[in-house]
Amino acid sequence: MLYVVILFLFAAITLYFLLGGADFGAGIIELFTSNDNKHRTRKTSYQAIGPIWEANHMWLIITVVILFVGFPTIYSEMCVYLHIPLLIMLLGITARGTAFAFRNYDAIKDEKTQGFYNHIFVYSSFVTPMFLGIIAGSALSGQIDPSAKTFAGAYIFSWLNWFSVSVGLFTVALCGFLAAIYLIGECTEVYDIKRFIKKAKAMNIAAVVLGALVFLASHFEHVHLADWIFGNLLSLAAVIAATLSLILLWFIISDKKNKQWIRVLAAFQVSMILISVGHTRFPRFVIFKDGSSMSLLTDHATGKSIDDLGIGLLVGSLFILPALGYLYYSFKKKDNGQAVEH
Amino acid sequence: MDDFIAARSQMALSLGFHIIYSCIGMVMPVFMAISHYKWIKTKDPVYKNITIAWSKGVAIFFATGAVSGTMLSFELGLLWPGFMKHAGPIFGMPFSLEGVAFFIEAIALGFFLYGWNRLNTWFHWVTGIVVGISGIASGILVVSANSWMNSPSGFDFVNGKYINIDPLKAMFNEAWFSEALHMTIAAFSATGFAVAGIHALMIYRKRNVHFHSKAFKIAIIFGAAAAILQPLSGDISAKGAAKRQPAKLAAMEAYFHTKEYAPLVIGGIPDTAAKKVNYGIEIPGLLSFLVHDNFKQQVNGLDKIPVKNQPPIAVTHYAFQIMVGFGMLMMLIGILYFIALLKKKSWFNKGWFLKMFIWATPAGFIALEAGWTVTEVGRQPWIIQGVMRTSEAVTPMPGIQYSFYLFTFIYFTLSVFVIFLLKRQIQMVPELYDR
Repeated sequence: MLYVVILFLFAAITLYFLLGGADFGAGIIELFTSNDNKHRTRKTSYQAIGPIWEANHMWLIITVVILFVGFPTIYSEMCVYLHIPLLIMLLGITARGTAFAFRNYDAIKDEKTQGFYNHIFVYSSFVTPMFLGIIAGSALSGQIDPSAKTFAGAYIFSWLNWFSVSVGLFTVALCGFLAAIYLIGECTEVYDIKRFIKKAKAMNIAAVVLGALVFLASHFEHVHLADWIFGNLLSLAAVIAATLSLILLWFIISDKKNKQWIRVLAAFQVSMILISVGHTRFPRFVIFKDGSSMSLLTDHATGKSIDDLGIGLLVGSLFILPALGYLYYSFKKKDNGQAVEH
Repeated sequence: MDDFIAARSQMALSLGFHIIYSCIGMVMPVFMAISHYKWIKTKDPVYKNITIAWSKGVAIFFATGAVSGTMLSFELGLLWPGFMKHAGPIFGMPFSLEGVAFFIEAIALGFFLYGWNRLNTWFHWVTGIVVGISGIASGILVVSANSWMNSPSGFDFVNGKYINIDPLKAMFNEAWFSEALHMTIAAFSATGFAVAGIHALMIYRKRNVHFHSKAFKIAIIFGAAAAILQPLSGDISAKGAAKRQPAKLAAMEAYFHTKEYAPLVIGGIPDTAAKKVNYGIEIPGLLSFLVHDNFKQQVNGLDKIPVKNQPPIAVTHYAFQIMVGFGMLMMLIGILYFIALLKKKSWFNKGWFLKMFIWATPAGFIALEAGWTVTEVGRQPWIIQGVMRTSEAVTPMPGIQYSFYLFTFIYFTLSVFVIFLLKRQIQMVPELYDR
């Protein structure tokens, strides 16, 4: 049952990245849209994520619950040493979630308050995935130091280092990329399609550059990222698959008929990156400065808790997945009726 | 500010706000579904308009409740890692199920909010019902996790180790039913009175009277019925506390000395040093009766509990008095409402009658917050009753006070915004919902 739980953990993280990440990306795209086009971008992204955006963020809750029920020591250690980035990420989630809801449900849509919500929304859309990336980077970076004597050593430099920060930026670029690809398929007008294709390409280039930065930073921070990834076959295969799919994507992106395929390719690419990193470090989840680590295979809850959690997740997904599938299906039927009726 | 106090304050603050958002978020969908049902059955457009207007409120509260709930699921670890390290696997079951229920709620809400003119009428209605049911289920599950902290079970604590863990037993601990019942009824009465109060104000000001009267009626029927039922569930809770948490019960009553014919103290100012209550009204034998169903039997007081295991007495006592006071007031108003509904229809047009509901708008939430204070402060100094002290659970990270200031700022800002948005919703009723 432990493996079922671990599978759910990785599935939840991946889905959060793909769905929630695309959702953050919509805000990132809006941030990098010229003022003239902001309104168009907002409208498209609202149509795309309006009905499903709450559901997209539930994967984070599932991830957290799996961690604290199944892997309580890992969860509590992360909470102690990554307190500050977690806090900033929470602020981002709060600001973003409420700003999105408020701008859509404010009964009076005057420019001043809408502008205020938009501001909060786009900046928190940037900050939140950045810090999610920083947290993930920190768990792998080996900078977490439980024996640190100073406040900064224990609670700041555990996450504020070149490696973690570049992983954060890389995450932002990937989210923007996912969103742009996703939004291409949502547009009806050629003008918008062209715009989002351009955005997708720009975000993709940014992701590649920042990905290189991650490797560079890993070198300076003595994280053996290159060894990890190129040192084992599956991770290497995953990275090659991601690169190939990227090349293919650039070839077919301009053709409108391919809009479903480019989504699949983009999602595939991001999943491959996650698999590559996840596999090379598995079962280690958090790595400390002294080289020791916490492992999903040893630092888990005992017997019955894991069994019950696994059963709970299996039974829960019987309810959730069909309902979620139907939700996506219902709102993709392209009737584009009035989103909200007044 | 001491880090431990800061952590406790931050947790209290977060829960104090989350409890409001989530109660409204779980009860409003029920009101919404009733109104929706009436619209489908009668085709009276006013019900459709009420449904849509309320659904906007639900969306606002759901979003706020969802983010404050996300914050809480992290705060448990950020502030109390020592607790989560051990408690996570034991009381995690209701949280995992709550994750599922919450997920379903989010999916159903997506269908409901965006489903007008897209979905089959009855399927659309059912999605609204699912929002309500999964919301209430989430509430019950979270309360069940809290009740485990008050009445831990499903594990053996041997030599500082937690062994023989049984998550299901932990979930269905002795206190879960009484706490879940009390909390659910409280959510209905608090939300019912708050919603009804706002609509009563609009009726009093003669704005869109037809619209607001229909909305008022749906809300207050739930609120009033819940307020009338609540003392019964309170009695179950008090008996449970007497059995499992005598220190909490004694602090609620500021009951210092163990004796027979134990009196019930109403109001008063507890003097902890002198171990007595000044200016309170004592009703001899009533506490014995409430706890043991007879006026004579001895009730254990604070003198039976070592000082280091006693909760803060004054806070618990005051909070309990406030809860009971407001609860009684609401029960009375609830009874008056049903008298008006069945016998005295003319009251509905009277200014005093409407004013009564306007004044009672916050009553339910005041009682609810006070009751929550009783549960949580009354459990101190324990985070897991009798097993782990709150002070053993707190994070080693210093400087929590700044995090507390930040959270205070955020919650107040959020609340200001939510009030602002609701005000604008109500302001726009004539244009959007009731032309």
